[in-house]
Amino acid sequence: MSWYSLWGALEIGLIFGLVALSVLISFRILRFPDLTVDGSFPLGAAVAATLIGAGADPFAATLGAALAGALAGAVTGWLNVRLRIMDLLASILMMIALYSINLRIMGAPNVPLISEPTVFSVLQPPGVADYVMRPLLMLAAVAGVKLALDWYLATHHGLALRATGANPRMARAQGIATGSMVVTGLAISNALCALAGALFAQSQGGADISMGIGTIVIGLAAVIVGESLFNSRRLAVMTLAVVVGAVLYRLFVALALNADFIGLQAQDLNLVTAVLVTLALVLPLLRQRLRGSRRRRC
Amino acid sequence: MKTSLSAKVLLGAAALVAALASTAAHAQSVAVTSIVEHPALDAIKDGVRQALRKAGYTEAKGLKWQFQTAQGNTAIAAQIARKFVGDKPDVIVAIATPSAQAVVAATKSIPVVYAAVTDPVAAQLVPSMEPSGTNVTGVSDRLALEKQIALIKQVVPDAKRIGMVYNPGEANSVSVVKQMRELLPGSGMSLIEASAARTVDVGAAARSLVGKVDAIYTSTDNNVVSAYESLVKVGNDAGIPLIASDTDSVKRGAIAALGVDYHDMGLQAGRQVVEILKGRAPGTMPSETSGKLQLYVNPEAAKKQGVALPDAFIKSAAHVIR
Repeated sequence: MSWYSLWGALEIGLIFGLVALSVLISFRILRFPDLTVDGSFPLGAAVAATLIGAGADPFAATLGAALAGALAGAVTGWLNVRLRIMDLLASILMMIALYSINLRIMGAPNVPLISEPTVFSVLQPPGVADYVMRPLLMLAAVAGVKLALDWYLATHHGLALRATGANPRMARAQGIATGSMVVTGLAISNALCALAGALFAQSQGGADISMGIGTIVIGLAAVIVGESLFNSRRLAVMTLAVVVGAVLYRLFVALALNADFIGLQAQDLNLVTAVLVTLALVLPLLRQRLRGSRRRRC
Repeated sequence: MKTSLSAKVLLGAAALVAALASTAAHAQSVAVTSIVEHPALDAIKDGVRQALRKAGYTEAKGLKWQFQTAQGNTAIAAQIARKFVGDKPDVIVAIATPSAQAVVAATKSIPVVYAAVTDPVAAQLVPSMEPSGTNVTGVSDRLALEKQIALIKQVVPDAKRIGMVYNPGEANSVSVVKQMRELLPGSGMSLIEASAARTVDVGAAARSLVGKVDAIYTSTDNNVVSAYESLVKVGNDAGIPLIASDTDSVKRGAIAALGVDYHDMGLQAGRQVVEILKGRAPGTMPSETSGKLQLYVNPEAAKKQGVALPDAFIKSAAHVIR
């Protein structure tokens, strides 16, 4: 594996770290199985690419993308809370609707950004290779989002959000408006996912209507890999863990792409990735067994 | 305690990754990527390989050939692009728009040959179809519409009004319709449009054209190609001749189609790769469109839709469907 592909895996992994944080909020903290992310990831890409193509400032375009994602998440929450549509179905409906909405926004299935300014090209200092700079910028961005999230979830409002997910009946008994908490939580979650989509489009040359396929699967895999490596219930550790999980997942894909030396072929990629992730998942179990057997011997 | 152990595991993983980092440079190497495995895209890949073999570049003579598909996932396409750029091959061949964009965004120096991109200029791969002056060249699968209009005239010589069914949400189709609107009056014909936003709308759109058109022409629109049978039903029932661009539609009941042969497009892209391997700069080579089109004819369908095809026309076809 070359350094270039390693830095690339780090960069894409950090972008998907935002998706992992998004999934952590919906699935783990709010306990809301939210599939909207499959639509809000390309939504962020579509909004950012279209705005930049129309001459907007890349930072303003990225912010606009996050706001669009927040709106999409809020609609899913509204469908569930106000119209009483089952959580999973509400998110599926929103995901389907976003496909058409994204096509409308882009006006075409593909909007290129190869020769347009992006947040990465604007912040690119001379003398540093761009393939090193982009992951460093992403590291700073993801660290900022992680710390902001840690702070928010420890505030009064954030604690109410966590209570809503942990025990909605108890939360209501304490006077928390659980309905508006679900809407807020999904808005934050999907804003992060759309932000990831906006940054991904800017790092890889354009938005494409097919970008959202499987976002939720990768986000969940990152969350689970992260959780199995860092077995902690502390929130600051959990937010770090899922980002590490997302980066590891990308490293596994990069490793799988380089697996041709043992006779594997292009079509085996998904299988190799699945095997590597499985290994990461059973590692803590093996460690536990090892420790257990040692203890018995003593 | 657990956290520090996990940190060790992470360090171990990082060390493993670094250990696998290879620095070897290769004499002649070609890396090919496509967004998904698909008969047309695979035919392009095989065409590139055959062109290389013909020019004497084989693995036995030291060529390093690499192929990766993104399995339909754009994030993997981006990672494949980074991997290829890191491997520093002599040429990267990128098949289909998302893969080509990911590669072109990742390198400004390694020569890139794209293929199966309908509009490389709109996709910002090249500034124009002329020599780009950059590291990018390739073969577009755009159809020359003049040849398509000539085909319509051959099948239905006295046609005046041409109908088109298309998906308004598909960029490629919209661009074909726009060009046809400008080109048809030059040949004494006019265009009548019917849009089908979903595959289930194709039949209704075709029925809305009955009585208004002398023939129906379709581009490689995904909706129309998916639901071509509903178009065939209308054509057969109302006696409207159907002319397609997707050669497979001829087997399904169109009278004729003049379409791109993807294996041939691969050979064409392969010849560009060979020129670059021999030292030519990709920036001096113009983007090409597929020159060689194949004519598919279905005489049975012609009978059903009320057209008598001349024998000479049937004989000129590369494939006659019986």
